[in-house]
Amino acid sequence: MGGYAAFVWPAYAVTLAVALLNVAWARRALARSVAAARRRLAGGGDS
Amino acid sequence: MSWTWFHRLGSPPYIYGLARRLTPWLAWPAGALIVAALYGGLVLAPPDYQQGDGFRIIYMHAPSAWMSLMVYTTMAVAAAVGLIWRIKVAHAVAASCAPIGASFTLAALVTGSLWGEPMWGTWWEWDPRLTSELILLFLYLGYMGLRGAIEDAQRADRTSAVLAVVGVVNVPIIHYSVTWWNSLHQAPSVMRVGKPTLSTAMLVPLLMMLLGFTLYFAAVLLVRLRAEILNRERSASWVREVVGT
Repeated sequence: MGGYAAFVWPAYAVTLAVALLNVAWARRALARSVAAARRRLAGGGDS
Repeated sequence: MSWTWFHRLGSPPYIYGLARRLTPWLAWPAGALIVAALYGGLVLAPPDYQQGDGFRIIYMHAPSAWMSLMVYTTMAVAAAVGLIWRIKVAHAVAASCAPIGASFTLAALVTGSLWGEPMWGTWWEWDPRLTSELILLFLYLGYMGLRGAIEDAQRADRTSAVLAVVGVVNVPIIHYSVTWWNSLHQAPSVMRVGKPTLSTAMLVPLLMMLLGFTLYFAAVLLVRLRAEILNRERSASWVREVVGT
């Protein structure tokens, strides 16, 4: 990287990590909402 | 003119189904564009005559900064729609935008620092562009914090929406900061009147990356939106079909 490796690679690592974390975070939020909805419906009432 | 399509967008079950169907059509092209842009930016684009290979940070920094502004604008527009037409789905869109935008604002600041240190000799300056971008991060966090602090869902929606709408004034300030004031940060190379100032070999991967991240945002937003909608549609009958009990 022409001497800039110590700056370029961490920049790529941080951004790609943020991108992947957002995907995981969103999927986890959806899974939790689905589970909560199932519990509410199985419980037969509003929580 | 029929406004049916607009009113359908306000229907939670319709939006939930649409979001589920659309997500793969956004996610796969996003992934392909980002991978292709990575190859173009890291391998095909020639080194810069001044910055050498250090300029390649642009392929992470510029899309992150683009995301920070684009997502905030989307959030503010959704919040305004929610306030004006009292559409719950619009507030759900705004709430879904916030964590995505906040994390990419942080990425923009960090990658900017990583670029600034070798090129400007500093990790940080209280420069108009950097400072206004930091304020954007505080606005995102403030929006999320305000939402979390108010128990009543409707009040949380409306109060945080006002913050989002008021804060949108920061977006043009960030963009024009480098032309209005003396700034370390360079002037716009792409979003400007006239031709972009980058060479084609450098520009094409950047444009692909910007498009890829935009599609990626839409895909992630739609996943979060489904979660937000389920959280709000407590006992609605359509939910039973969708979550499968």
